Amino acid sequence: MNDNPQERPRALNGKAPDVFTRGGWVPMREYGEEEVDFVIVGTGAGGGTLACKLAEAGFSVIAMDAGAYWRPLEDFASDEHHQSKLYWTDERIVDGADPIHLGANNSGKAVGGSTVHYMMVSLRFRPEWFKSRSKLGYGVDWPLDWREMWRYYREVEQTLSISGPVRYPWGPKRPRYPYRAHPLNAPARYLARGAEKLGIAWAETPIATLSAPRGKAPPCVYRGFCAAGCSTNAKQSVLNTWLPRALAAGAEIRDLAMVGRIETTNGRVTGVHYHRGNEWRFQKARNVVVAGYAIETPRLLLNSASCEFPDGLANSSGLVGKNLMVHLNQSVYGYSQDEIRSYKAPPSLALTEHWNYEDAGKDYHGGWCYMAPGPLPADWARTVSQRGLWGRELLDEMTRYNHAAGLKMVGEVLPGERNRVTLVDETDQYGLAIPQVTFSFGDNEHAMIEHALDFMDRALEVVGVTQRWRNESETAHLMGTARMGHDRATSVVDADCRSWDIPNLWICDGSVFPTSGGVNPSLTIQAIACRTSDRIAELASRREL
Amino acid sequence: MLAKRDTPSWNEQTREVVDRRLALAVAEGVLSDTQLATLRAITTRVCPDSPERPATTTLAMVVRKIGKDEGDGHRLDCLPRTAECWRRGLDAIEAEARLRFDRDFAELEPDNANKVLGMVEHGEVCAELWEDLPSELFWKWRLLPDLASAHWAQPSLWSAMGFGGPASPRGYVRLGENRRDPWEAVEESRRPLRGWPQHHER
Ligand SMILES: Cc1cc2nc3c(=O)[nH]c(=O)nc-3n(C[C@H](O)[C@H](O)[C@H](O)COP(=O)(O)OP(=O)(O)OC[C@H]3O[C@@H](n4cnc5c(N)ncnc54)[C@H](O)[C@@H]3O)c2cc1C
Ligand code: SF4
Repeated sequence: MNDNPQERPRALNGKAPDVFTRGGWVPMREYGEEEVDFVIVGTGAGGGTLACKLAEAGFSVIAMDAGAYWRPLEDFASDEHHQSKLYWTDERIVDGADPIHLGANNSGKAVGGSTVHYMMVSLRFRPEWFKSRSKLGYGVDWPLDWREMWRYYREVEQTLSISGPVRYPWGPKRPRYPYRAHPLNAPARYLARGAEKLGIAWAETPIATLSAPRGKAPPCVYRGFCAAGCSTNAKQSVLNTWLPRALAAGAEIRDLAMVGRIETTNGRVTGVHYHRGNEWRFQKARNVVVAGYAIETPRLLLNSASCEFPDGLANSSGLVGKNLMVHLNQSVYGYSQDEIRSYKAPPSLALTEHWNYEDAGKDYHGGWCYMAPGPLPADWARTVSQRGLWGRELLDEMTRYNHAAGLKMVGEVLPGERNRVTLVDETDQYGLAIPQVTFSFGDNEHAMIEHALDFMDRALEVVGVTQRWRNESETAHLMGTARMGHDRATSVVDADCRSWDIPNLWICDGSVFPTSGGVNPSLTIQAIACRTSDRIAELASRREL
Repeated sequence: MLAKRDTPSWNEQTREVVDRRLALAVAEGVLSDTQLATLRAITTRVCPDSPERPATTTLAMVVRKIGKDEGDGHRLDCLPRTAECWRRGLDAIEAEARLRFDRDFAELEPDNANKVLGMVEHGEVCAELWEDLPSELFWKWRLLPDLASAHWAQPSLWSAMGFGGPASPRGYVRLGENRRDPWEAVEESRRPLRGWPQHHER
């Protein structure tokens, strides 16, 4: 029998894979074609979290994902190339002045979403970012209050057993992290020393990998393959945290289920057309939640255009697909006389959020932080080769790998309508129109990059890293394209992630961000999902669903 | 690197994946004979094998990628899909070699082959086949990343760069600078780092 989880669905016949054992299963409720309360499209940071919370609140839930249902212990190799099976590599066109790299770098296709191969950095937004227009003078305000978000951040941090420092140097007081911080690897120690020499604070990074056992998951063994998937389950991804809980609470998960179109009648959604097991099927639902991340979400909404909604669903504002944001992910690298061996331990074990909280001395809007990266060989070879090295020169440069030390920023990109996701005529393997992703930096981004690279360069110089060079083009993370807001003319969904146009259509993932902030987004996406679930339960109790 | 294959640093999945890679043969029928010869010669120039190390299957990996027309999840608007992009690029490089040196690319002296590749890299090409395939974008978005990704998926290259290699179930314990677990390779390169005095032997 074919048991390749990329070719044949695993969650079938009343059971789903047990991610904690080889070949194991857990019971799963199945709804068949019966109408359910919620169909959720995508099981990543937004959709997986929401599936768990809604099922626990007593709703009937089916969560679908185009990707495979992996058991990390039996399916994951210590190998970058092989593990590219975790990435969304379906055709996508990129253009603009600064076309972005997707695939490995930016999006996942798996039950658990991009969190199966994310780097686990789990940071809270600076409170003012939720009101960046009125408090800081740029971007737009979120319809959310930071104090409420602070409570939901806490819930997510506890669910993921975040390891972090006892005291966090920036922002309002927060409780201590559930698990103790990890020991620092060499790149992180370099970061810490550099920050100290430059007189700014640094901290151990709050990170979603275990520093002590939890349930069936063991502590991190510092193997450093995090971006290629964690084969031990130490990584706290949606796959091994929220989803086992979702199943236990009665949610059904359908793997290898690609949703191609959302059906509407009389101004309401009625269900989804999805491709599974070589055929198109229809699943009825009282509500549909789109959670496919900032490219697939607008793509699905646009691909669902009908006579009733000729411009796509939830798009009366014309904003579906617009205001795409990434994070600046530029870096400075150099070489040290020490052996650094940055492949050990998760990357990013130390960080500084200094420039997220300090606004003086900036000639641009927004914030950025930086961390200590740990690139694996092929990733490193691609990075190094982009400096125009090949042949003998590239081989020589690669032999210095163990001595390379670097710093990498995560920087805020401003929302702008010229950065967007649209559809083109070409179709993918399911016959669906593929997305075109257009992206260019603006003046603000260029100014921030310059400041950040100069600063990181100094932070390496003061700790004796020489022969430094800059990697000026990289980006990470995706946000925007279905932003939340205060009114229907300037946003796609309201604070509850409910679309303004169609009351039983919801969007709950990275695409609802109105601004991007200077920190990695997954903690905020999960916190919003927790809040959305509470709001849905409240609305339901008032019969306002 | 491969000496660690049978230790707790390698799990069964990893052994399988790497064994399959090392045994990978160049698929037939994917490229024409000339295209394949061109690609083989390009691989030698861009990602050379070291005479002291086991041969790699870099070429076979790239040919497999072309055969499967595998995407990366981002394709520049002015470039065609993987397979077509490679085939057109290889034909154009061959045409460039003929135009400049009146020889097949695969027969060029190393210096001249490097010259042709440098022209492709910097967009200084003349062959007509480049008309709707911008050579520097082909180089930057297709040729170089595909070759580098395949070459540094090879255990012998991991050894050469001092990478610890696969690490599961056993990971690492000693994380600080100049610390090494007993099961990690000692720095193999005895060459001094460029620009530095000899010092770092421990
Ligand atoms: C290499 C890497 C490192 C990262 N590191 C960090 C980090 O350290 N910290 C951090 O906070 N964030 C990090 N991120 C980003 C983080 O993983 C994402 O921001 C987050 O997972 C996005 O959540 P989401 O729910 O919007 O989408 P995802 O988690 O991507 O989930 C979307 C899911 O929807 C599915 N899907 C899409 N369309 C359809 C459809 N039509 N039908 C069915 N299924 C569909 C996809 O298969 C996917 O599984 C990283 C990302 C990557 C790629
Ligand atoms: S370093 Fe830790 S989290 Fe990363 S892959 Fe290894 S065990 Fe998993």
